[in-house]
Amino acid sequence: MLGCRAASCPGDRPRQPEELMARADSGSGPWPPEGRLGSWTQMSHTKPYIRKKAVLIMYKVFLKYPESLRPAFPRLKEKLEDPDPGVQSAAVNVICELARRNPKNYLSLAPLFFKLMTSSTNNWVLIKIIKLFGALTPLEPRLGKKLIEPLTNLIHSTSAMSLLYECVNTVIAVLISLSSGMPNHSASIQLCVQKLRILIEDSDQNLKYLGLLAMSKILRTHPKSVQAHKDLVLQCLDDKDESIRLRALDLLYGMVSKKNLMEIVKKLMTHVDKAEGTTYRDELLTKIIDICSQSNYQHITNFEWYISILVELTRLEGTRHGHLIAAQMLDVAIRVKAIRRFAVAQMSALLDSAHLVASSPQRSGICEVLYAAAWICGEFSEHLQEPQQTLEAMLRPKVTTLPGHIQAVYVQNVVKLYAAILQQKEQAADTSAAQEVTQLLVERLPQFVQSADLEVQERASCILQLVKHVQKLQAKDVPVAEEVSALFAGELNPVAPKAQKKVPVPEGLDLDAWINEPLSDSESEDEKPKAMFQDEEQRHTKPRAPEADEQELARRREARRQEQANNPFYIKSSPSPQKRYQDAPGVEHIPVVQIDLSVPLKVPGMPLSDQYVKLEEERRHRQRLEKDKRKKKKRERERRGTRRHSSLHTESDEDIAPAQRVDIVTEEMPENALPSDEDDKDPNDPYRALDIDLDKPLADSEKLPVQKHRNAETSKSPEKEDVPLVEKKSKKPKKKEKKHKEKEREKKKKEVEKGEDLDFWLSTTPPAATPALEELEVNTTVTVLKEGQEEPRGEEQDAEEDREQDLEKKPSKHKKKKHKKDKEERPKDKRKSKKKVPPADEEAAEPVENGTLEEEPLPPMSSYILLAENSYIKMTYDVQGSLQKDSQVTVSVVLENQSDSFLKSMELNVLDSLNARLARPEGSSVHDGVPVPFQLPPGISNEAQFVFTIQSIVMAQKLKGTLSFIAKNDEGSTHEKLDFKLHFTCTSYLVTTPCYSDAFAKLLESGDLSMSSIKVDGISMSFHNLLAKICFHHRFSVVERVDSCASMYSRSIQGHHVCLLVKKGEKSVSVDGKCSDPTLLSNLLEEMKETLATC
Amino acid sequence: MGKLRRRRIRFILIQNRAGKTRLAKWYMQFDDDEKQKLIEEVHAVVTVRDAKHTNFVEFRNFKIIYRRYAGLYFCICVDVNDNNLAYLEAIHNFVEVLNEYFHNVCELDLVFNFYKVYTVVDEMFLAGEIRETSQTKVLKQLLMLQSLE
Repeated sequence: MLGCRAASCPGDRPRQPEELMARADSGSGPWPPEGRLGSWTQMSHTKPYIRKKAVLIMYKVFLKYPESLRPAFPRLKEKLEDPDPGVQSAAVNVICELARRNPKNYLSLAPLFFKLMTSSTNNWVLIKIIKLFGALTPLEPRLGKKLIEPLTNLIHSTSAMSLLYECVNTVIAVLISLSSGMPNHSASIQLCVQKLRILIEDSDQNLKYLGLLAMSKILRTHPKSVQAHKDLVLQCLDDKDESIRLRALDLLYGMVSKKNLMEIVKKLMTHVDKAEGTTYRDELLTKIIDICSQSNYQHITNFEWYISILVELTRLEGTRHGHLIAAQMLDVAIRVKAIRRFAVAQMSALLDSAHLVASSPQRSGICEVLYAAAWICGEFSEHLQEPQQTLEAMLRPKVTTLPGHIQAVYVQNVVKLYAAILQQKEQAADTSAAQEVTQLLVERLPQFVQSADLEVQERASCILQLVKHVQKLQAKDVPVAEEVSALFAGELNPVAPKAQKKVPVPEGLDLDAWINEPLSDSESEDEKPKAMFQDEEQRHTKPRAPEADEQELARRREARRQEQANNPFYIKSSPSPQKRYQDAPGVEHIPVVQIDLSVPLKVPGMPLSDQYVKLEEERRHRQRLEKDKRKKKKRERERRGTRRHSSLHTESDEDIAPAQRVDIVTEEMPENALPSDEDDKDPNDPYRALDIDLDKPLADSEKLPVQKHRNAETSKSPEKEDVPLVEKKSKKPKKKEKKHKEKEREKKKKEVEKGEDLDFWLSTTPPAATPALEELEVNTTVTVLKEGQEEPRGEEQDAEEDREQDLEKKPSKHKKKKHKKDKEERPKDKRKSKKKVPPADEEAAEPVENGTLEEEPLPPMSSYILLAENSYIKMTYDVQGSLQKDSQVTVSVVLENQSDSFLKSMELNVLDSLNARLARPEGSSVHDGVPVPFQLPPGISNEAQFVFTIQSIVMAQKLKGTLSFIAKNDEGSTHEKLDFKLHFTCTSYLVTTPCYSDAFAKLLESGDLSMSSIKVDGISMSFHNLLAKICFHHRFSVVERVDSCASMYSRSIQGHHVCLLVKKGEKSVSVDGKCSDPTLLSNLLEEMKETLATC
Repeated sequence: MGKLRRRRIRFILIQNRAGKTRLAKWYMQFDDDEKQKLIEEVHAVVTVRDAKHTNFVEFRNFKIIYRRYAGLYFCICVDVNDNNLAYLEAIHNFVEVLNEYFHNVCELDLVFNFYKVYTVVDEMFLAGEIRETSQTKVLKQLLMLQSLE
């Protein structure tokens, strides 16, 4: 049992919680109960370190085993008041986490948290708690009221930006939740907005971003207070960072009003021109359209301006949002009747101008607007100034390069135009002109008939036939205009997307009633259809008797007709809908404002939206004057009015009447539609299981065994032992029951207390002094709470404070860094100056991988070491291993004749050791030497190679040897000898092997390597040369290099991996090594130390 | 009140500019493929950002708080509603501890002594929560653990 072990040997197993943790992570199967118990008991461990870990992992345990939450909760709650601040904050973390999921269960903890909030000085904890309160306030508005004050105090006092931000966020949440209840919260809002403004004005991008983010939250409920900072938001649009610009755009969306819409859009338009990336430009475009069209064009006072903005937007090349602009054009033209004349004029100009058609349709989506332009010109052709010209524009051969669906619209609307022109010409009795138009169509339409798009083809051939027929009739002088325009008689009404749903089911129509009685052979079939048609419609209809008398039916029919007449969405069957449209009171009550004639109706060429801003100003000015006149009159009559907006020249939004009005009111939701919030609950959500009522008393089955001392248990029931066994058995359950009952009663009492406690704590007005004893008790505890107790400070508090101070200092610190960009990060802070972290902005050298280092010229190096020397000969040697032969090394000996004698019959012999022996030619004994296969004339050197067989390579070793030779000169020949000591270093067993960093990391992760390290001081050599030296002399290769740090790799002939981490400090180098053999590693490092010492 | 989501650290990633992962600590269940995908996406999102940009990026349904130290990006993925600055501080705190512990920390330290780095992570973060914020305490504990080796 884990728990027992921990209890019996306290403090010696600091890793236990991690073991538990591992199980919680991997545990798919049932978890051993002792595990749960383990972390539970460790929550009261004597070491705060263990307690802290145990507390933290409880969250994971709860997630896996929700049933453990209730029994463990009381103890978890205790930990909120643990003397160790670390444990306390761990408990806060866990409870906050739990509470965010199911906040209502934790409302009762609010007083405790409140106390913590007012007493704690740890910013990390404060942030958590404040966040939690943010989740609780929507459930308990009174809590919000209580919070406002301490939170605003914190906002005023704290210097930690993160805490400030959290406070502001929560205050906003609180204010949103009580938006109705509190009269004087404008001060708090003002404070928040003010602080946010400081954040946004900060040069730190992070703060700016967060400021904008929080601002947008305020905007939702208090748009007025944010609107004052429009300048700031507009400024942010110029920011370099796209995410900041996007946040600012979001804010703008909510900031527009009738008053400033034109100005803001104008500003945005300049940004559209300046924008570099198409994505941002597209974003701007959609935002402009969103802003203008929001809530049914609420803020647009002049639709001509809007149309010209849309037309200006069509000049954007390469935008993806052509269809959006098109949709807006259509929508406005259809719904704002007064604007049609103007819109048609603009659209015909668009059709006429070549630039849209010319741009390649594959790349640019902007040609989509032609779809709208063609449709508008066709449908409202009666407003066209020069229909003939537009008709010709639409029949240009270039049009066939457009996408199919646009061509289709072109073809259809060409006919509408044609109809209008015919009518016009026939009225003027200009038959030849009418025939000319027909001829034009007959000539041009075939280009569409040949289209690859089926829709275009079909429409074109159909219409071509029609026109040809008309031509025949015209030849006979038959007036045709009437009949052709009859094709398009009537008006197309806009239909709201949800209109169909709103059409009520006509009375007398029972959608559930069978049209044909079903075959009643099985009952199961009866039930099926019911389930299928479980729809909203069902609720509209009441079950009614299927047969009603004639009179009743007639009455219903009449009522239905009335209803339909009043419903603009109902498609009417009457023959002259246009007339009816005017008569019907349901539509007529929407006043259609006549167009303001001060605006020139036809703007030559492309319109400029700017001029509307001016015109709008004038219009408003006129309006204002009129209003002022009226006001004056009123004032004279009333003398004193309690008007809020007494200043004459600040017009509120409501004062500005739109020049045109949008026809359709916003669609309603169907009556029985459910708010979609409930869809959010995911039944598979693991956190749902944690939605547990914690205030309910524990059932017996839920209780966890409590550890007690054994003697305590026996002393509790001394009389039991005297009782005979049989009796004991029968007595025990009874007693337990009783005890339990008592406990339960107590608990209930407590619960009631708690409930009242919370209520009391939350209520701001002191309750009338009630005589109930219980409540008096509560009262006293509350006052204690309110006073804010001073917690006894633990010894660790100091350390904690250290960190807190850091937290507070930081934001200002990084500000400084950003400003000055000096590398000396914290000159003031002595403690910190030691810990220099590479600054974030500094451009780092890319890591070098497996590269040969070629930055600087390297000093010449040789791996040959002097072996022995005398007056005749000098021997240098080098040892090389190869990966192919795992126990052989080749010793290359360079023999240099230093005398003027001729050296011959050279023979090398060594004294073999157990571990290393010289490979001799076959058949020779161990004492024989190996002849050198050459002779040396004076001054000449040559190299001979000897192979040695090595058993173990983890240790360095020396072999004694002798070189014997005959020196021959003019005076004769002598037999000479030279003794030497052959030194096999561990390095000599290494073979330079390249290694990729991935493989290197894998190797390290394998965990089979042992570790060792050295440090060498007083090094002046550059890191680059140093690495080169290690590479050369110790046969390593560089795996990766980052700044003055490098990882290196090599391999021994017997396959040992050797990994190094070489780090250069100011004047020192540290080398950490990892190797499959510890002895080899330490020997290697010792050798390396010697090499480095000479650097 | 809107949807309440779980809020804690989803994962901690340390990557270099080239996209090599130096440390990955997951506090959420992911498949290996998914992890790889996340790593690549995070890299793509974070490295393109200029030093002048904010240290926060929206990422899928979460957000990433990241900070660049020399060639390394320290990324923490948290819920969108979490306090950005707090995690930014947490990153800095973490790096300071690493720096102290490894004596002038370097990218390759994280490779070479990866298990120590994970120990540091575990000392400072547990189960997706910030567990200890006091540098002195963490370092004391780390040295104690090291002495057991």
